[in-house]
Amino acid sequence: MGILEVKDVNKRFGGLKALSEVNLSVVENTVHAIIGPNGAGKSTLLNCLVGKLIPDTGSVMFDGQSVLGRKPFEINQMGISRVFQTPEIFGDLTVMENMMIPLFAKRDGVFRLHAIESVESESELRGRAEQMLEDVNMLDKRHMHSASMSRGDKRRLEMAMCLVQEPRLLLLDEPTAGMARADTNNTIDLLKQIKASRDITMCIIEHDMHVVFSLADRITVLAQGTPLVEDVPEKIKGHPKVQEAYLGEHA
Amino acid sequence: MFGLGKRDLTLFLIVAVMALFAPFILNPFPTDSGMAQFNAGYPDLMQRFVIFGILAIGFNILFGLTGYLSFGHAAFLGVGSYAAVWMFKLLSMNVIPAILLSMIVSGLFAVVIGYVSLRRSGIYFSILTLAFAQMSYNLAYSVLTPITNGETGLQITLDDPRILGVSATADGGIPVTNLFGLEMRSFETLNIGPWAFQFSVGYYVAAVIMLISFYIAIRIFRSPFGMMLRAIKSNQNRLYYTGLNARPYTLAAFVISGMYAGLAGGLLACMDPLAGAERMQWTASGEVVLMTILGGAGTLIGPVLGAGFIKYFENIFSKINDQVVHGWVSFLPDGLEDLVVALIHPFVGKGWHLTLGLMFMLIVIFLPGGLVEGGQRISRRLRRKPAEDDAKSASTEPAE
Repeated sequence: MGILEVKDVNKRFGGLKALSEVNLSVVENTVHAIIGPNGAGKSTLLNCLVGKLIPDTGSVMFDGQSVLGRKPFEINQMGISRVFQTPEIFGDLTVMENMMIPLFAKRDGVFRLHAIESVESESELRGRAEQMLEDVNMLDKRHMHSASMSRGDKRRLEMAMCLVQEPRLLLLDEPTAGMARADTNNTIDLLKQIKASRDITMCIIEHDMHVVFSLADRITVLAQGTPLVEDVPEKIKGHPKVQEAYLGEHA
Repeated sequence: MFGLGKRDLTLFLIVAVMALFAPFILNPFPTDSGMAQFNAGYPDLMQRFVIFGILAIGFNILFGLTGYLSFGHAAFLGVGSYAAVWMFKLLSMNVIPAILLSMIVSGLFAVVIGYVSLRRSGIYFSILTLAFAQMSYNLAYSVLTPITNGETGLQITLDDPRILGVSATADGGIPVTNLFGLEMRSFETLNIGPWAFQFSVGYYVAAVIMLISFYIAIRIFRSPFGMMLRAIKSNQNRLYYTGLNARPYTLAAFVISGMYAGLAGGLLACMDPLAGAERMQWTASGEVVLMTILGGAGTLIGPVLGAGFIKYFENIFSKINDQVVHGWVSFLPDGLEDLVVALIHPFVGKGWHLTLGLMFMLIVIFLPGGLVEGGQRISRRLRRKPAEDDAKSASTEPAE
C-alpha cells in the first residue's frame, strides 16, 4: 500500500476526457516520475492531487485519508507540498521572510491572529529557516529581495520553502522546465541531495528524460489520460509501447 | 524598548514629539503677520490632522499590507460617529464609552461587510465595498432615519436621557463632551511675544489615541500576522499551497482597519458631537485612498503625512482668495498684477481641489512611493554628497 493511492480517477472538461481510469500508487520514500507527451493529463492529475481540481469519479487517498473535497491549504497541512512549474514565491518579501511563512503555517495551522508578537523574536523558527537555507546554499542571500533573484535561485528557494515544512510527499511540476542544461543538472543534484538526507516521497512530473532517468525509482507513462505502463526506469527505456507513444514522437 | 526595533522606535519617538509639540510646530508665523493664515496650529485643524491620521493608519493596514483597496471606508467612519453620538445621548458625555462603542459597532459592521466583500479580490472587492458604503449612506438618509436623524444629522439635545450624566447643565445648556470632567473644547492660550499658541484638551486626547494607534500599527507591521498580510499581497496562490487560508487573514485585517476608521469617526464626534450621513459619502472614502497613496501606501508614516497634507490643503489653501493673492503681487504694475491674479485664481481658494489633483498626479507619476519615497530620495541624495564612496554601500541596504 503506497503513501499516495489514486484509484479509478476520471476527469472530463466538457467534451474532452482529460483523465480516464487513472490508477497510481506511490510507494513511501521513493521518487515516482510521471511522464507523457503534451496533453497526456499530467498536470490535470497533479491538480487533482493538490485540491485544485476535483475528479469526476474515483478516489485519491494520502496516507489512508481522502484528499478529495479538501482545499489546497488543508491538503498542505496533511503533509503534501507542491513545487510549481514556474517558481511561485513571495516576490515582495525577503528570502528569510519567504522561509518564515511556511514555518508559521506548519506551527500555527491555517490561521492564527498573532498580531502583536514580533517576527524577529521567533528565534527557534529563524534557526530552522537558516538551517534550511544553508542546506540549499542560499544562506548568504537571506536578506535579498526574492523577486530580484535569478530563476534558478527562485527555484531553490521554492524547494526550500516546501522542504522546511518537512512534508511527507513533495510534488514537483516540471521542476526543470525552461532551464539551461547546467541549471537542470544543479536541480538534479539538489533533488538527489534532498532525497538522500531525509525521509521524503517525491512525485515528479517531467518532460526531460535526462531528469527522469537520473532521479526516478519508478516511472508511470501517461498518454491521452490513461496510464500506459508503470515500471522501473530500465524497463521503461526499452518498452515498445512507450517508444511508440512518447519517445517515438520526439525521434 | 516597547518591543520595537531601533528604527521603528526612532520613528515612533519622532512622531510622538511632533504630535506633542504640534501647537508650536504648526504655528511658525506670528499672529499679526501676513503669513499667519498659513498657521495650522489651531485646535480644530490639529484635531483633524490626528483623527484623519488614525483613519489613514487603519486604512493602510488593509490596503498597504494586503493590497485590498477598500472604497467604502467612510462607512465605518460614519458608523463610528453615529455610535459615539448615541452614547452621548443615552449614557453620558464622557468620551471613553463613546469611543469604545464606536469601535465595537464599526468592528461588527466590518465583519459583515468584509465577510461578503472579501469573497472577491481586486476591482470587484473595491466595487463591493463601495456598494456597501453607498448603501449605508442612502439608508442613513431614508429608512434608518430613526437612528440617524436623516438630513438634519444626529445631534445631542436637552431631552436626551444620559442615564450616567445630566440631560442639561445647571444653567440649562447642553452639556459638552469631556474626559472625566476635562472638556474637549477647552483650551489654554500661551502668548510668547507676537506668537499665540493654543493647547486644547481635545487635541491632546486625540493625539494620544493617535500615538497608541500608531504604536499598534507598527507592532502589526512587524508581526507574523503583518508578514502574512504582505504575503497575501505578494502571492496568494503560494500562500494557499503553503497551508494558509488567506480569507481569515484578510477578514481580520479588514475588521482591524474598520475599527480604526470607527475610532476616527468616534473621535470626530467627541470633538464636535454631531453625526451626519455625508461623512459616509463615497468622496469621503476616496479621500482616505488619496491620503494613503499620497503619503506612501505600505509605509508606516506615509498615511499620517498624507492625511496631514490633504487636510492642510483643504483648510488652509482653500482660504487663499483673490484679495490675498492681490496682496502678494501688489508690487507688480496694475495690468500685470491682474493677469497674475487671474492666472493663479483657478488654483487657490475654491479651486484648491485643482491644485490638490495636480499634486496628486505629480506624486503618483514621479514618486510612486508617495511623500515617503520623496523623503527617502532627498535623504539619500544628501547622504551621498559628502561621501561619494559610501554611495555603493548605502544602496545595497535592504529597502524599508
